[in-house]
Amino acid sequence: MSGAIEFLEPRADVIERRKTIIEDLADFLPPDALIHEPRRLVPFETDGFISYRRLPLAVVLPRNTAEVAAVMKYCHRYGVPVVPRGAGTSLSGGAIPQEDAVVLCLSAMSRILDLDYANRTATVEAGVTNLAISDAAGPEGYFYAPDPSSQLACTIGGNIGMNSGGAHCLKYGVTTNNLLGVRMVLVDGTVIDVGGKALDAPGLDLLGLICGSEGQLGIVTEATVRLIAKPEGARPVLFGFDTSEEAGACVADIIGSGIVPVAIEFMDKPAIDICEAFAQAGYPLDVAALLIVEVEGSEDDMDAMLKSIVEIARRHGVKVVRECQSAMEAAAIWKGRKSAFGATGRVADYICMDGTVPLSQLPYVLKRTAEIIDSYGLRVANVFHAGDGNMHPLILYNANDPQDAAKAEAAGMDILRLCVDAGGCLTGEHGVGIEKRDLMRHQYTEVDLRQQMAVRAAFDAQWLLNPSKVFPLEGRDA
Amino acid sequence: MTSQRFPANLKEVVAIIRSAAEAGMSIAPQGGGTRADHSVAETAISTTGLTGITAYNPAEMVMTAQAGTPLSEVEAVLAANGQMLAFEPMDHRPVLGTTGEPTIGGVFAANVSGPRRLTAGAARDSLLGITFVNGLGDVVKAGGRVMKNVTGLDLVKLLAGSRGTLGFITEVTFRVLPVPRATETVVIAGLDDAHATAAMATAMSLPVEVSGAAHLPFTVVGRFLSGALPEGAATVFRLEGLPHSVAARTEKLTAALSAFGPIHWLGEPESHVLWREIRDATPYASARAKPLWRVSVAPTAGHQLMNALRLHTGVDAFYDWQGGLIWLQMEADPEADFLRRAIKQLGGGHATLVRAPKHLRKAIPAFEPESPAVAALSARIKASLDPHGIFNPGLMG
Repeated sequence: MSGAIEFLEPRADVIERRKTIIEDLADFLPPDALIHEPRRLVPFETDGFISYRRLPLAVVLPRNTAEVAAVMKYCHRYGVPVVPRGAGTSLSGGAIPQEDAVVLCLSAMSRILDLDYANRTATVEAGVTNLAISDAAGPEGYFYAPDPSSQLACTIGGNIGMNSGGAHCLKYGVTTNNLLGVRMVLVDGTVIDVGGKALDAPGLDLLGLICGSEGQLGIVTEATVRLIAKPEGARPVLFGFDTSEEAGACVADIIGSGIVPVAIEFMDKPAIDICEAFAQAGYPLDVAALLIVEVEGSEDDMDAMLKSIVEIARRHGVKVVRECQSAMEAAAIWKGRKSAFGATGRVADYICMDGTVPLSQLPYVLKRTAEIIDSYGLRVANVFHAGDGNMHPLILYNANDPQDAAKAEAAGMDILRLCVDAGGCLTGEHGVGIEKRDLMRHQYTEVDLRQQMAVRAAFDAQWLLNPSKVFPLEGRDA
Repeated sequence: MTSQRFPANLKEVVAIIRSAAEAGMSIAPQGGGTRADHSVAETAISTTGLTGITAYNPAEMVMTAQAGTPLSEVEAVLAANGQMLAFEPMDHRPVLGTTGEPTIGGVFAANVSGPRRLTAGAARDSLLGITFVNGLGDVVKAGGRVMKNVTGLDLVKLLAGSRGTLGFITEVTFRVLPVPRATETVVIAGLDDAHATAAMATAMSLPVEVSGAAHLPFTVVGRFLSGALPEGAATVFRLEGLPHSVAARTEKLTAALSAFGPIHWLGEPESHVLWREIRDATPYASARAKPLWRVSVAPTAGHQLMNALRLHTGVDAFYDWQGGLIWLQMEADPEADFLRRAIKQLGGGHATLVRAPKHLRKAIPAFEPESPAVAALSARIKASLDPHGIFNPGLMG
């Protein structure tokens, strides 16, 4: 990667006091909750956005809210930046530290505190993984709905930080729609509780503001989330179309028909070829676009919904229709899609974009994306959540060629600008992080950004929390 | 309120707010005035001059409207396209005795939701984007018109439900859903509050997609559907969707609940009326002198709270949201301290005084008092949007 994204200049006074800071932290943290030897800091130097890396000053792994509060109180008092971290799966660099920062890693706080089935809530520590909640509640017939691709590893604290989505949020919403309460440590170590098991919380919607704030407003240490009764069954159908336009129009019609599928996934020709070569899912290779539409419910319900959906697809000239009669066939349909990122990684290096566009703009944005990629002499594979317009173009490049890498980064920025210009936004579920920070002025006016930063300052006036992220570095104090 | 202004466009809104900020004059953004927030601000600024649906593409299920657009107009246009607001906003006019036309901006500014909030989310969950004028007179845009958007701080959620204390909302963009083609209501007759709570939890544990779960104790049941519900308390469950699917799920739910008590069913027209009456708390529309609370707690705590209150004072209540939303009418005194203490003891939640005689309204905080740390944080947030404190001072904290 080109290394074009800048970080804040490390605070010299903090770097100078590194030894004292580590000694002080060691005073109130148990030995296994503090990491400071450079060799052991390396695993924390980056996250899922691996093109950028910085060694932190130290890493702390508190075991409870009181220890988090003690760390925050100390860092606030001495002006030490703090970068919160869950499992480090961020695709936008949200957890990448810097030389003057203490990484506050919540992974040691991984207890499920309460599963309340009568009220359909789970209360968990921030380091509990997304999938662990569904695994724990599964035997009783419940699940936690948001399902980011990294759900095996990513933590609920990280999900709240990024307001994570997933393939199934078309029906159930993203993290913010499934979060009922948090315990949060403010920058000065104050602990607050927001919300709880009631459906709505009093006062200003702090929960809505905290969700997706990318670790800049405080440290969430516990969360109460909604559980939902598991559907009787789920079944996908696969459609192949001759053009992306037909597939895009079909998506809009399904959404408008009154049927709410749980997922509508889109793959273009390059993505189909890559996934089929890797997973041998039996995808048709003579089509330009694939849709995987999944419905949920009883057998009868699913039969009826799929019948209507197939009728809609036929109106849009669908070429291949693959319905499935067994769990094995259903798994085969999903196998290719679920291996998309891994399969692409075997063919080339790639960067994954995350812009969202209005459904009516999908065909136009796909066409323009292809033109942009062509103009840079690169290749792109499109795999994305079509039901809500959340695009994931994978830009293929060669990471060993700095020129190629710079081109890929530039093409990615062009595509994100395209998404905003088409009425959409820079990021649907991955977050701004450092990756999209410098494009924020393309989506927001100076006034919009100033207002967001003023609200941010109500939580952290000194820019101690995850300071190099989200907001462009220049003009912050204006 | 001593005066009222009716800006005709965004420019006039900005000019009014700038001069108010300069003069230190407090202002209350106002829609149709049907939700009567008892602002102490000197001047009301009405949104009724800012009307019209500015963008609507039914295939995308997203609408943009000026804040002062009447809710009735929004709902009529949606209905003509087979769509609706999923969160079923309550009409406050019956319980408050107000007149006028609710506006779409008011619905989001007060985060007004109804029975379907249990599974479809609140108004704030449907709100995708807003334009508002902050306390400096700056026009700020937040969010957009796409369903998934995590770009920057979510000021959309912050402004939703802020009741005109943070800014003047001029335009809203929200998602809508298709109107279900069929609706059926399953009724269990004669349950006490505790058994009703168990029945509601059972229904919500099943994969039958209940879209409304309410319990109407025997004291109120006669005031729903003009007294047409079966004798005794009614615990009611709404199922919506494609016709054959609703029929199949009704059968399944009936089988699962029949051990609780005798089951009845309500078809389409009665269902629509019943759930509208639950939404609007119509049993409490007649005795408007009596204090009315809206209490939000964990669903299983609702009936316990009622037990505690009944020993102490004269109350009448019914439950929505699986038992977690209680409409509570006090026979005499609002009993604010006792009520709020009991809520805390039962695991937390909050109580909003929706209606009370004027002298009581003045003496009792309508909204749940916040912990000192949260109150201080909320005050800093307000100051970051409204540094001169001109928007509805003191209304929320």
